[in-house]
Amino acid sequence: MPRLKSAADLEARRQEILARRDPDKPCVTICSGTGCHAYGSEKVAQAFAAEINKNGLKEKVDIRRTGCHGYCERGTIVVIFPREICYLRVKPEDVPEIIETTLVKGEVVERLLYEGEDAQRIIHEGDIPFYKHQSRIVFGPNRFIDPKSIDDYLARGGYAALAKVLSGMTPEAVLNEVNKAKLRGRGGGGFPAGIKWETTRNAPGEPKYVIVNADEGDPGAYMDRSLLEGNPHSVLEGLTIGAYAIGASQGFVYVRQEYPLAVENLNAALAQAREYGLLGKNILGSGFDFDVTVHRGAGAFVSGESSALMTAIEGRVGEPRPKYIRTAVSGLWGKPSNLNNVETWATVPLIIDKGAEWFSGIGTKGSKGTKIFSLVGKVANTGLVEVPMGMTLREIIYDIGGGIPKGKKFKAVQTGGPSGGVIPESLIDTPVDFDELTKVGSMMGSGGMIVMDEDNCMVDVARYFLNFLAEESCGQCVPCREGIYQMLKILNRICAGEGRSGDIELLEEIAEVVRDASLCALGATAPNPVLSTIKYFRDEYRAHVEEKRCPAGVCKELISYYIDPEKCQACLLCLRNCPVEAISGGKGLIHVIDQGKCTKCGACFEVCPSRFEAVVKLSGVPVPEPVAAGTEVKRKRGGKSE
Amino acid sequence: MSKLSLTIDNRKVTTEEGSTILQAAQSAGIDIPTLCYHEKLAPRGACRLCLVEITKGQRKRLVTSCVYLAEEGLKVETESEPVVRIRKMLLELMLASSPGVKAIQDYARRYGITRSRFDIEPDFCILCGLCVRYCNEVKGKNAIGFVGRGTQRKVMFFPDIAAEECPKCGECFPLCPTGVIPSNYALAKLPHFTYNNIRL
Repeated sequence: MPRLKSAADLEARRQEILARRDPDKPCVTICSGTGCHAYGSEKVAQAFAAEINKNGLKEKVDIRRTGCHGYCERGTIVVIFPREICYLRVKPEDVPEIIETTLVKGEVVERLLYEGEDAQRIIHEGDIPFYKHQSRIVFGPNRFIDPKSIDDYLARGGYAALAKVLSGMTPEAVLNEVNKAKLRGRGGGGFPAGIKWETTRNAPGEPKYVIVNADEGDPGAYMDRSLLEGNPHSVLEGLTIGAYAIGASQGFVYVRQEYPLAVENLNAALAQAREYGLLGKNILGSGFDFDVTVHRGAGAFVSGESSALMTAIEGRVGEPRPKYIRTAVSGLWGKPSNLNNVETWATVPLIIDKGAEWFSGIGTKGSKGTKIFSLVGKVANTGLVEVPMGMTLREIIYDIGGGIPKGKKFKAVQTGGPSGGVIPESLIDTPVDFDELTKVGSMMGSGGMIVMDEDNCMVDVARYFLNFLAEESCGQCVPCREGIYQMLKILNRICAGEGRSGDIELLEEIAEVVRDASLCALGATAPNPVLSTIKYFRDEYRAHVEEKRCPAGVCKELISYYIDPEKCQACLLCLRNCPVEAISGGKGLIHVIDQGKCTKCGACFEVCPSRFEAVVKLSGVPVPEPVAAGTEVKRKRGGKSE
Repeated sequence: MSKLSLTIDNRKVTTEEGSTILQAAQSAGIDIPTLCYHEKLAPRGACRLCLVEITKGQRKRLVTSCVYLAEEGLKVETESEPVVRIRKMLLELMLASSPGVKAIQDYARRYGITRSRFDIEPDFCILCGLCVRYCNEVKGKNAIGFVGRGTQRKVMFFPDIAAEECPKCGECFPLCPTGVIPSNYALAKLPHFTYNNIRL
């Protein structure tokens, strides 16, 4: 493949690719992102290839493995173009029927379509409520592109923004555009990208570096991963544009070793971009040189912090340093270094392509554009969602997420990962906006969004995140190392029913010092889960400490399972499902739990038929004396034991 | 080198450009507590005891005085209410993890901390890193270093380097505020005794 030598060359190549492609030719796209991959998307893809061959359709149908579509709850997702028929939860055994019905007869397989309200079936992906309320400007192209094919990216206008920059814009003009767009960093802090770029550009010292932060480490968050896996060229294009504006000729991608597919697709993209002359010397004949090195991170959460990340790239232990001199001025090897996260970089080509005015027309006053969230937890539709800034949490959880499953009641949403906080129901109309989320005691973070229902214990939630942070603290500074440890110990004892009077106040006291005195942002934000849960759910903490009661019935040491002798119908289900044989009784005899043997796994509670509701969870009250062994059940009127 | 002047605890202090707030304070005889600072080593800002409050314009903020460079006209308070509140908590936390260390006991006394509200889980090493940084920055040997992270973090001799270098050096021993480094070194040299599963 000869290198592209100019913007005109690039456009010619694009036309050539498009000319080779028939837009009316059926194309089966199979989501091959991480979620669908886990469901077995590769087997589905292989089944399509085999069946298409078998039916002699090889010349008539294309197959494409694409990046993540986002609706991970319903994987494997298959979309058949040009009609955009969207099939959900596709298994390899569904493939022959899809080929026969859709590709041969031109009809749809009803049972694989999305089923909306009133059992109405929805054919097109874009009409499904999960997608309908989103604005997928950054993440959307994933579903059209085979991440290993640069031609797919070029066909959709990829690298046109880079060509525009290199053929007609000065670095200052690019900076100006990004500043005008008011793009803020998507990695957590929300720092204005344009100002950071400018600082690096104007800082004394050569060479300058640009870096992609792909060290996404929040539990439950995978938007950067899916973007890098699904559309690596969009990140590279943004990075190259940034390098040109900043005056860097060397870039780095710091990506987690635990993201093997991201590393693989990124390396493939780098090789193709070099081959096409979109990286390397004299890019598109502009005289601008730029290349990128991939650095695989060893998995420390703290390495996502800018100074720690740069230390790690230098080959030293990834630990943060005090940043009175910013990394934009003195970063990698003491040189000016500009770090932005995956999503920020991927947004840059759009701003150049469509203009700052278009971009800043989306969002709120202080937060422009869209944001990708990883919507997980107790919500019907889990997956990756991209929404305009300013959309309320309620819209995201109910309109896109489909609300709370199993008729449960919404309790809180946790945003911003372990460094974020929980937002209670009273604030569910808060818009997603960097400043608004901070105002209510949480943060945007990189976009984690964990929905919790009435069955989540807020003390336990705080404990979970603190436990994560205690393991991930680098341990060099005292407040973070010792403070998080002591907070965790207090939370552990509260959950164990050993909370002492004054513990809640002590937690607050430590939390404030950890927040104010820690060396880096990990420590400074670590108390958020504790402070926000205490702020909004203080009563729940008090129930644990004062009454030794867990209102949500989560903390094992504070709950007991008990079989109501008035309701037990001796169906034997719980007895057979108890893994530790703690339940006695028999046919016709009331079942009794031996509290000494019970491990509180909850299996009995889960299996007890809803028409009996005999197994109950108790907290904060003593377990009633058991009935004498061998007591016969009281039959429900007209009821029968099983 | 040019001079600049700043105000520390309402006293006008003149210092050389490029010096930190901590150095400026020390030169004026103002004692800011610290456990991880040493004049021969690059400041690390790890113990956080040297936090002070600075005022720039209308804005007050807490900075690490061992790292933050003195600026002309800067107003610094080394014992303001938030600073003292933080130091007290840090000392209380350290009293739980290193109750027997004299440097911590002395500072605790200075701030009126007599007991810690946390369960005592004593360790000798306070992880100030003076030995590790000295061996790295001054000697360039890295015979001793940190392993693990968070509460699992600890200081260890790396046996192959330590066996070679430590017998002829030992310069980090007097730097150790707890005496644990020379003790561990001595223990590791005893026959039939291993420290952290290594023998020197």
